Amino acid sequence: MTLVELTDVSKRYGTVRALEGVSLEVHAGEITCVLGDNGAGKSTLIKIVAGLHRHDGGTLRVEGEETTLSSPREALDRGIATVYQDLAVVPLMPVWRNFFLGSEPRKGAGPFKRLDTDFMRRTTREALLRMGIDLRDVDQPIGTLSGGERQCVAIARAVHFGAKVLVLDEPTAALGVKQSGVVLKYVAAARDEGLGVVLITHNPHHAYLVGDRFVLLRRGTMVGHYTRDDITLDELTQQMAGGSDLDALRHELQRG
Amino acid sequence: MSAVTDGKPLDERVVRASALRKLLARPELGSVVGALAVFVFFAFAADGFLRATSLSTVLYASSTIGIMAVPVALLMIGGEFDLSAGVLVTSSALVSSMFSYQMTANTWVGVGVSLLVTLAIGAFNGFMLTRTKLPSFIITLGTFLMLTGMNLGFTKLIDDTVSTKSIADMEGFPSARAVFASTIDVGGVDIKVTILWWLGLVALASWILLRTRTGNWIFAVGGNEDAARAVGVPVARTKIGLYMGVAFGAWISGQHLLFSFDAVQSGEGVGNELIYIIAAVIGGCLITGGHGSAVGSAVGALLFGMTSKGIVFAEWNPDWFKFFLGAMLLLATLLNAWVRKRAEATK
Repeated sequence: MTLVELTDVSKRYGTVRALEGVSLEVHAGEITCVLGDNGAGKSTLIKIVAGLHRHDGGTLRVEGEETTLSSPREALDRGIATVYQDLAVVPLMPVWRNFFLGSEPRKGAGPFKRLDTDFMRRTTREALLRMGIDLRDVDQPIGTLSGGERQCVAIARAVHFGAKVLVLDEPTAALGVKQSGVVLKYVAAARDEGLGVVLITHNPHHAYLVGDRFVLLRRGTMVGHYTRDDITLDELTQQMAGGSDLDALRHELQRG
Repeated sequence: MSAVTDGKPLDERVVRASALRKLLARPELGSVVGALAVFVFFAFAADGFLRATSLSTVLYASSTIGIMAVPVALLMIGGEFDLSAGVLVTSSALVSSMFSYQMTANTWVGVGVSLLVTLAIGAFNGFMLTRTKLPSFIITLGTFLMLTGMNLGFTKLIDDTVSTKSIADMEGFPSARAVFASTIDVGGVDIKVTILWWLGLVALASWILLRTRTGNWIFAVGGNEDAARAVGVPVARTKIGLYMGVAFGAWISGQHLLFSFDAVQSGEGVGNELIYIIAAVIGGCLITGGHGSAVGSAVGALLFGMTSKGIVFAEWNPDWFKFFLGAMLLLATLLNAWVRKRAEATK
């Protein structure tokens, strides 16, 4: 089933053409990877799907229905959850408060309506455990977790709140090799739960490990659109960077 | 995740360590230690500091600051300042007094009109901030200057002097005074009604911060505004609400100012906004937002009350008050920074 479909989408900021003619499909239980170097338009694309910016041209379909997302709230209500690399969490707040931020369960009536803190703590622990994350203390500030752990909490959060589509903005960019592997494992876990995943990355190696579809962006335009059967890792890497950048990329791949 | 492999023994050690860590992570810890030190200090240094009447004077002084320190602390947790808070108190009193006098209305009508006007000014601050995205320092500095000018300008225009006419003989004055500026006799000790307002506000603010959805949002918009927006927190609404909270505190303080006497000096209030901010910071509010408590702001206000009155009881030159204040602010902030670093240190 196609959860999100972009056809020939474009976006301008004033006179700057940030995105032109990009098409993308997200299916349930599949991972669609968006690859591109810095400035390729990945962030713009993510903002359109997340409801932060409206697209100017082309069509955006959510579960077959043509639409324009006008706020992150609207995107969330339609089942599209976005996890940002740098702004996923509020560092000083406890894990359980972060987990329910924006969708807090409450009990009681009238002026005594209050947070259901026991339920929130318990549910946070259980939801994390279901994704295979065992936290010692959900009361610790989320800023004390490692970068990888924070991403995982954010992913578990999206899964718990019934997201159908999970958009991940460079989840492995700031992480070490081991942490990246852990995060990719949870991305796969989310896919196995039946979610459609959009994985934004500039690392073809990470993308090829988990991806079913690959969309390549360069300077705001789409330069390729492949399924896993169409392309090998080498070809993907070739496609993504021109020959001159390849040495640097090969270096990166060797470490990853 | 490491806990899976670490096994039981380490986990148990972590639990024991985290009890102490939780205590250290309390935002008001530093201020409580400081308040105890100041209390003990003046108990020895100032004769009669421990008498019930002295303590009631200290509590009264603390409450007049504390009523404003509570909403200012909430605003600071939400990541913003309000430099207009001090003069807004005076504006609120002026509106109440002048409306009653000029319209020959029941003082309660003036009190009601003042509430609306004050809340509107708070909403204006919040609206300007969220709309223009300028720093709150600039926005509220502008409101501060405008209000300072309007307080003096309007009073001179209407009453020809810098203070308002007495409203003591107007209808409703006694009951309004009872609500905002009365003294209750508890076992021979005078307890000012502002202390009750103060305690009530601290309780209400603590409830909001720790047990409601709004409280979660306040911490979130102060801690990481973009993350809060991305998960659907209404950032603008939360911030406007916080400014209106400060306005509500200013309204209570303003009515107290008016009904303690029967007229208002239009030049009052300038500089008090910093005192409220200092009380909140001493109480453990992080100046960049996202961390703090209402109880802490109360302890900060109490420190203020003890120092300002303690110096009088010790018969020192009150000029030294500001020096103590500055030293306390620095010490408290350093202590808070140290405590937070300890609390957040990973493993």
